[in-house]
Amino acid sequence: MIGIEHYMIVSAILFVLGVLGIFLNRKNVIVILMAIELILLSVNLNLVAFSAFLNDLVGQVFAMFVLTVAAGEAAIGLAILVIYFRGRGTIAVDDPSRMKG
Amino acid sequence: MIQTLAFYLFAVLVIASAVMVITARNPVHSVLWLILAFFNGAGLMVLVGAEFIAMLLVIVYVGAVAVLFLFVVMMLDIDFAELRAGFVKNFPLGIAVALVLLAELVLGIGAYQAGALQLGEPSGVGAPRMGESNIESIGALLYGKYLFLFETAGIILLVAMVGAIVLTHRPPKTQRGHQNISKQNQRRPQDATVMKQPPVGQGVEL
Repeated sequence: MIGIEHYMIVSAILFVLGVLGIFLNRKNVIVILMAIELILLSVNLNLVAFSAFLNDLVGQVFAMFVLTVAAGEAAIGLAILVIYFRGRGTIAVDDPSRMKG
Repeated sequence: MIQTLAFYLFAVLVIASAVMVITARNPVHSVLWLILAFFNGAGLMVLVGAEFIAMLLVIVYVGAVAVLFLFVVMMLDIDFAELRAGFVKNFPLGIAVALVLLAELVLGIGAYQAGALQLGEPSGVGAPRMGESNIESIGALLYGKYLFLFETAGIILLVAMVGAIVLTHRPPKTQRGHQNISKQNQRRPQDATVMKQPPVGQGVEL
């Protein structure tokens, strides 16, 4: 029998994998952005699971707003990445202090 | 029975593809694994009856965000081997942080299972209506109680779009045949031409 706990555990593992991805690929901004998408997916999964469990659709409405913000974040992040690459010729982020102004 | 089977299939696949996203050598492969992860996440959401969010996940993430990632990864000419240099060095710290985080989350889930805190009853505003589909209920909620939040989401998307365009837009470079109209209009005949009357047999010094 599948319960809310199963969903919470899957969601927790996904979240931890996202955080681990940020730590492992410290230099590669593209993979960091993908890890953030994984984290947001786990949050959405949790919201939807609880929405179904508590029989309250507000959780799904919130998941939609999270989705909106994630889409905007990906667009802006990749735009910043493109201009960063244009200026430096690499996307390594050991020294992002150059990105001022 | 089939629900259990489907849940474990989706759950194992979503976690396996998440592992591949963060460990793949080639970011193009990472994006493709990310797409698989989103598909399986959508499957998990369909299992609990949230079809609308699941379809939105497929359309928005797979259709837009993942394609955007793929586009950027393939457009930028990046030496990915150099970017992986710190992978082994960061591994112990990353694993330590991940284990601490996982322990905390497991603690939270265990506490929830042991009888969660009671923070009151749901107000019943968001309860799905009887006999209506998931999409109808969400639509009534989005265009009713959460109308302004919904419109704010639209504004956020608009701002993100304008921001992305402003960031990446480059003014066109001056190329051959570029026309400068004010310079053209300021040019007068007496600046551009001279009258010479050279004597017979002599040249003209310009």
